[in-house]
Amino acid sequence: MEPSIYQSELNLEATELRLGLPGRTNNKRSSPEDRSMSISISKNSSVDSSGPSNATDHDDDDDDHQNSVQPAKVQVVGWPPVRSFRRNSMQQQKQKKDEHNNNNGDGSAMYVKVSMAGAPYLRKIDLNIYNSYSQLLNALQNLFKCSFGEYSEREGYNGSEYAPTYEDKDGDWMLVGDVPWDMFTCSCKRLRIVKGSEAKGLASL
Amino acid sequence: MNYFPDEVIEHIFEYVGSHRDRNALSLVCRSWYRIERCTREKVFIGNCYSITPERLIQRFPSLKSLTLKGKPHFADFSLVPHGWGGFVYPWIEALAKGKVGLEELRLKRMVVSDESLELLSRAFPNFKSLVLVSCEEFTTDGLAAIAANCKRLRELDLQENEVDDHKGQWLSCFPDSCTSLVSLNFACLKGEINTGVLERLVARSPNLKSLRLNRSVPLDALQRIVARAPQLVDLGVGSLVHDPAMETFAKLMTTMNKCKSITSLSGFLEVTPRCLTAMYPILPKLTSLNLSYAAGIPGSDLIKLIRHCKKLQRLWIMDSIGDKGLGVVANTCKELQELRVFPSDNIGQHAAVTEKGLVAISMGCPKLHSLLYFCHQMTNAALITVAKNCPNFIRFRLAILDATKPDPDTNQPLDEGFGAIVQSCRRLRRLSLSGQLTDKVFLYIGMYAEQLEMLSIAFAGESDKGMLYVLNGCKKLRKLEIRDCPFGNTALLTDVGKYETMRSLWMSSCEVTVGACKVLAMKMPRLNVEIFNENEPADCEPDDVQKVEKMYLYRTLAGKRKDAPEYVWTL
Repeated sequence: MEPSIYQSELNLEATELRLGLPGRTNNKRSSPEDRSMSISISKNSSVDSSGPSNATDHDDDDDDHQNSVQPAKVQVVGWPPVRSFRRNSMQQQKQKKDEHNNNNGDGSAMYVKVSMAGAPYLRKIDLNIYNSYSQLLNALQNLFKCSFGEYSEREGYNGSEYAPTYEDKDGDWMLVGDVPWDMFTCSCKRLRIVKGSEAKGLASL
Repeated sequence: MNYFPDEVIEHIFEYVGSHRDRNALSLVCRSWYRIERCTREKVFIGNCYSITPERLIQRFPSLKSLTLKGKPHFADFSLVPHGWGGFVYPWIEALAKGKVGLEELRLKRMVVSDESLELLSRAFPNFKSLVLVSCEEFTTDGLAAIAANCKRLRELDLQENEVDDHKGQWLSCFPDSCTSLVSLNFACLKGEINTGVLERLVARSPNLKSLRLNRSVPLDALQRIVARAPQLVDLGVGSLVHDPAMETFAKLMTTMNKCKSITSLSGFLEVTPRCLTAMYPILPKLTSLNLSYAAGIPGSDLIKLIRHCKKLQRLWIMDSIGDKGLGVVANTCKELQELRVFPSDNIGQHAAVTEKGLVAISMGCPKLHSLLYFCHQMTNAALITVAKNCPNFIRFRLAILDATKPDPDTNQPLDEGFGAIVQSCRRLRRLSLSGQLTDKVFLYIGMYAEQLEMLSIAFAGESDKGMLYVLNGCKKLRKLEIRDCPFGNTALLTDVGKYETMRSLWMSSCEVTVGACKVLAMKMPRLNVEIFNENEPADCEPDDVQKVEKMYLYRTLAGKRKDAPEYVWTL
């Protein structure tokens, strides 16, 4: 066990501590302090592929901004250490969700037009800020100063002056409230508030 | 030394079950070795290349249950290239030839072909239990063979395998005469299954205790299936997306109310958060809950659910629960022993976990002994508090998403925090580190982690001293896996005898050279030293001074293996 035997063969440069992917020669570090600074993305340095940095932790913007622009997340193979089956599974689920979303999948805003029979102009609302039908319907009722009454699976909005309907991905006009909320937000292209008498036709189908 | 006839000793040995104890018995004397080997029914082989199947069969003629592990652990994280090895076929072939009365086979990280499953299904008339974890290369055709031919099948448990779905009707291959199923888990299958066939199978399996469905089983089928199996103890829900007919949903809730025995719940591969209320009737009795695949459930819904789970001992969940949610877990789940918090894909979203969640857990759950925690940050102060609150840790795995992040409050490395963990948790057997770490943490580990058997290190340390502290200090070390650390030849070669006391060593993207590996291989003939040469052409012998990208060494009695792919050099 004599390191000196092969030390003479060692090319010091080959064993010098390097930061960076194999093959790169422009990143050198000499101490742990340097390493932490060069791995994390500080305000003054540019993002490069040096080590396992999570760019979101050192965003230029205020960390509290949820919708701040994320610099490209640097990917290191196998980190975080999530089993590839789980990783693939999550990716597939996310892809499915992105396909459903109206937008490019970041889910930040989903604006749809809302029209009302007799109203002079349309409105637009962001479906993503609501988490449930009751929240959405309250908002619509406030926006258009109308009332929908109680929803029931069998009767729809029977007995109320107005009723909310929406156009789905297939181009059909549906009564709001039949399907689960998430399914609704994925398929709703636009909303229309119709007179109660018109809606009765939908509900009795 | 023997004052008892062999039959008496045999009888006493029947009470000794654990592999370690059995191994210890066999070392006492020649007659105990003989008696032990003749009566051993269960064997565990942590590295399928450490011994040949023939040798195993020769030593243990009464073998009934075999557990085999193949690829190194880091294969889970895509660090082992395709085709490395871990083929189960030679084992099944040898067991069949040796007329072993195999009843149970458990495989982890192995390559399982349809041919192996075919052979397995035909060669062992008493075969009862097949458990495959993180395996690959088989398809539903192989499963069809198992279903059709294993007349006494009790358990078919598939966990996180990559299975090619050939859209065949493998479930239909269970004959009508098959009524012995106790456990059926096909949650990892991606394809459709015939729910009618499944219902009939469940209906004729009165002993069925564990059933885990895949994504393709919808809510209405779930209700019918569970209605036929009120004796279930463990349920894996496939899809819980509300279907328009509200009656089915109400029916499901009524059915769940009738399930008085379910203590383990998992799955939710597709779920509408609102549907979780159907599970509320069984929550108070749950001891195990796995929501780690249920993407898209908001933290608030998770919290509402957890409040009902006062008896939980094991919880696997996503970080969308947030620090606040972990606080609720801490207040509710006083019996908690194992916690795993997985990262959701919500980059930049607010709900993630930090050191605060972990501290809360440590304060509320004194029985906690196993932890896997993916988080955005960790502090030394938090780790020191956790160490004080939970001295009973057996497994402690921390994965900070930014692998070299220091303590954000002090900007210091996390040496002191992990040092506190190893000093306080004297029973610690498994440890995974992350965050900014110097050689000091390894000094602590070498000094205090006396029971440590498995250590995983990534992006840590400053010099060879770090690795040497561990190799010198941890007497019980069995598996050491290192990636992207500045450990080199000195560390590797200082104590080569150490590696024969361990199962394996993995080093990738470190400072070890080909020459040093050659020296090691020469000195230790009973180690297989494999280096992976993915970038070089296969016949190009690498230079001695070249750094090794990936090295995997393991002790073996089987010699150099014959099934290594071209890119693997066994030195």
